[in-house]
Amino acid sequence: MHLSPDDVIIWQYGVIKLNATIVFTWGLMLMLAIGSTVITRNLSTGLTRSRWQNLLEFLVTAIEKQIEEVGLSQPRKHLSFLGTIFLFIAMASLCTIIPGYEPPTGSLSTTVALALCVFIAVPLFGIEEQGIREYFKSYLKPTVIMLPFNIISEISRTLALAIRLFGNMMSGAMIVGILLTITPFIFPIVMSLLGLLTGMVQAYIFSILATVYIAAATQTRQREIHPDSGIQD
Amino acid sequence: MLIDWFTVVAQALNFLILVWLLKRLLYKPILNALDAREKRIAAELADADARKAEARQERDAFKRKNEDFDRQRTALLTSAMNQATAERQQLIDNARKESDALRAQWQEALRSEHQNLSEELIRRTREEVFAIAQKTLADLATTNLEEQMAEAFIGRLHKLDRVEREELESEFKAASTPAIVRSAFRLSATQRAAIENAVRDVLAIHARIQFETAPDLVSGIELTANGRKIAWSIRQYLTSLQQHVDDLLDVRPKAATKAAEHPEHHANE
Repeated sequence: MHLSPDDVIIWQYGVIKLNATIVFTWGLMLMLAIGSTVITRNLSTGLTRSRWQNLLEFLVTAIEKQIEEVGLSQPRKHLSFLGTIFLFIAMASLCTIIPGYEPPTGSLSTTVALALCVFIAVPLFGIEEQGIREYFKSYLKPTVIMLPFNIISEISRTLALAIRLFGNMMSGAMIVGILLTITPFIFPIVMSLLGLLTGMVQAYIFSILATVYIAAATQTRQREIHPDSGIQD
Repeated sequence: MLIDWFTVVAQALNFLILVWLLKRLLYKPILNALDAREKRIAAELADADARKAEARQERDAFKRKNEDFDRQRTALLTSAMNQATAERQQLIDNARKESDALRAQWQEALRSEHQNLSEELIRRTREEVFAIAQKTLADLATTNLEEQMAEAFIGRLHKLDRVEREELESEFKAASTPAIVRSAFRLSATQRAAIENAVRDVLAIHARIQFETAPDLVSGIELTANGRKIAWSIRQYLTSLQQHVDDLLDVRPKAATKAAEHPEHHANE
């Protein structure tokens, strides 16, 4: 019994190693990439469209709308980053129904990596919106004394992001594993369903928090932003 | 150790790669398709609005045309009805005039025919009546009747008033030829003598008298001297009666003029 899929080492050469976390992540990436390619290959611009296209359109527009509701006036600019966080975590949770699969988000390494990405993306988006000077000035508000607290806040919330997701995903997998050994099959199934639900909730929480952080970082310039938006290459 | 830093770096890289992949394979095509659809729907809506506006314009134009057509039709119908009424009135008037003319003509013809028929009837009746009367009186005329007539003639001479006597007397005296006494039958010597005596008594002159027979007198005697005549005859009565009948029936004035050509003194009955 292992706590994290990191422990399952498939191949190792010195520091470089190929563990289950990376392998399952690649599998998820492959699935998402191939699924997107297949579905978007024959996109219809007319009034009739396929069910899969309908699903993807629903997902994309729902995420876009959610980002906009949080407070980002240019949702398409942040759609790739935030939408990918949600889709990756959601798919990682959803695939737990596949026997033998372990969600990569159940690894603290993965959640830390995602939290670090958010940690880095927030100042990047903030600097992009406000400029480097204005952005770092926000750390000195309301007074200079608050600078260490602001920095601690940034780090702690990032840590919280990572730990929250990891805890939830890991606990779900652990509970199912433990229950499988002591109870009949019906309970692990119920717990799996509950795990699916908490996985979806965690995906939503993670992406929403990331959105809120980015929105907070870019908030001061919100009123000056033009409404036109688009995906940036 | 729960955190494997190599895995963290690898997962961060994997995540960034996934962001790039999904951006390229998922978000961009889907958003492009959504934009294209929105644009298309907007274009279709605009087109539908334009068509609706066009349809409304066409409907208005059609409605206007329809109203114009109705107005024209009503005007034409009214005009045609008025013309038809006038034409009918004119035809009725013409027909009435023609009818009146025909009726007048017919009435004139009828009246003329009726008059002709009436005149013919009257003429024939009159001729028949006079022919019968003349025939009857001629049949009845006998010598005895002649004697009565001679007496009647003598009586008439005696009844002449003074003016008539003087006129007759002057005529007898002026006459170069003898006076003529005409009768339908031959007068006997006695009757001749009686007539000569009566003339002598009334006129107090001794006149020469010549006696002649004239059957057209029917029955009667007349005395002619120098164009003046005194007579008593049935023919004279008949002539007088015919003249009265002609005057009464407004027949041709020929009979009147014919009668006027022979002025006679009618003896009173």
